[in-house]
Amino acid sequence: MTERVAAGTWVEIYRVVLAANERAPQLPEDTRQVPLEMRVKGWLVKAAELNGDAEIKTPAGRQLRGTLVEINPAYRHGFGSPIPELTPIGNEVRALLRTKGWFT
Amino acid sequence: MAQRPEIMRASIGIDYSRYATGAIAFDYERLLDDTGYDIGAVREIQSRTAVGNTPLIELKNITQLIRTVSSPGYGARIFVKDEAANPSGSFKDRRASLSVHEAKRRGYRGVVAATSGNYGAAVASQAAKAGLQCIVVQEAFDSKGIAQPEIAEKTRACEAYGAEVIRLSVGPELFYVFLLTLKQTGYFNASLYSPYSILGIETLGYELAYQTQQLAGRFPDVVIATHAGGGNVTGTARGLRKAGATESQVIAASVDLTGLHMASDHDFNRKSFTTGHTGFAMPFTTWPDRADVPRNAARALRYMGRFVTVTQGEVFYITQLLAELEGLQRGPAGNTSLAAAFAIAQELGEEQIVVVQETEYTGAGKHPIAQLNLAKQMGIEVTRGDPRNNRPGVKIVIPENPAQLHVTEVNLNQVRHSYIQHAIKALPGEQILSETDIEFLAVETRTNNNYVENVIHEIHRKS
Repeated sequence: MTERVAAGTWVEIYRVVLAANERAPQLPEDTRQVPLEMRVKGWLVKAAELNGDAEIKTPAGRQLRGTLVEINPAYRHGFGSPIPELTPIGNEVRALLRTKGWFT
Repeated sequence: MAQRPEIMRASIGIDYSRYATGAIAFDYERLLDDTGYDIGAVREIQSRTAVGNTPLIELKNITQLIRTVSSPGYGARIFVKDEAANPSGSFKDRRASLSVHEAKRRGYRGVVAATSGNYGAAVASQAAKAGLQCIVVQEAFDSKGIAQPEIAEKTRACEAYGAEVIRLSVGPELFYVFLLTLKQTGYFNASLYSPYSILGIETLGYELAYQTQQLAGRFPDVVIATHAGGGNVTGTARGLRKAGATESQVIAASVDLTGLHMASDHDFNRKSFTTGHTGFAMPFTTWPDRADVPRNAARALRYMGRFVTVTQGEVFYITQLLAELEGLQRGPAGNTSLAAAFAIAQELGEEQIVVVQETEYTGAGKHPIAQLNLAKQMGIEVTRGDPRNNRPGVKIVIPENPAQLHVTEVNLNQVRHSYIQHAIKALPGEQILSETDIEFLAVETRTNNNYVENVIHEIHRKS
């Protein structure tokens, strides 16, 4: 069951720019074994299927083709849990400054 | 990409071949002068979009902390130029402003920039204000689809300013996509390494010289710049000279990422830093002309009086100090120079002044917490201890106390040697170095003709 996505929806497309065997010869071994991949966001020009071929219009006005991989993609970066190796530092240095009378 | 020279020329509007004076020598000053922008003009253009005139802040608590660990009478005053106060949150607005101004003046409809860093947001912000289209090409994720969190934040920022963002997996073929995009759109190449980009940074050095004089009654004794591609060091040093601060020593500081390969898919998410590191600084200092323009206007070796590295753990530690002792959440990558300043201030007297010449905004993804969580996910050990045991990609060691912060000297003679070796390799065909080329190399390496000739002799003797 594929999902039909309406024209005008903000989506991300995916494309392989260079297959592994087309990559630059001077690359390290690990990078040479994988393709060069591209992801770009834009508005769907025509209705398309999720995971199917699609055309987008980017914010710069270009029309690009690729596989429709995500609908209204989320920004997933954040902070995560506090780092126990960092949290005590403030108190440590404030204590040091107190011993010198700089902080009371 | 056989059309590379034509695409380059059309997209930046500079015929670099006009500046050649020898087999490898070129007239660097004329390349910059011919843009027609003096520092007054740049300041005026930047002020139109609220770029520059950022505050210079004395870090009094960090200075006191330095004095708790330095010998009596030592521990210079530390000031920081709060470049995060620029519209898109970093000094990169200075670089972008003149490029976008020039693109608009010459009638380009849009700009393209190859950058995974703050520069993308800066170009997008400036393009938004100028009403130009903007495309940013990023190296953003590894082959498992894991995005580097700091770059993910930059994607979001660029898109917030209305830019198209082309996100690529790891590899230097990004340049191929960049050239195709320039060719297809006919947009301006807002290169980090164009004369416009470097002239845009001169105002930073110029402002901080005057601000230090105003606040402390003297020019800075030392200015420390986080060093990657070379623009920050070059532009800042040139601006200092234009303000008359010719005696201020300029020190380049980079995060040591020895052992990690910049084109490695595996290493991509194990660096914990996206810029300000040796992975850019070493190749660009030893050979600047590897950039997205025929001649790089960022030529750091001409300007650095000293080059030091610090560890990843030390930069995360100082980032924590900046927040908890000075109430400034900034960085982390921009704090590389602050970590170096903490150690270098201990070599100087209490009356002396060290200026850390930038901060950058911080936020989701672009924060020590995000970077260290990713590092742990990648199997990197994060621990407290002696930062000398830090091993990039394997172990990040957060110092246990401020006395452990130190800098490692980069041997500038080795860097100069490597530069001259690259220059010899770059000689076209059967050409030999002329007297002009030797003089050029002397200026490039901040040495003299004798020094250059001796190094060349040594290289030939070994080969």
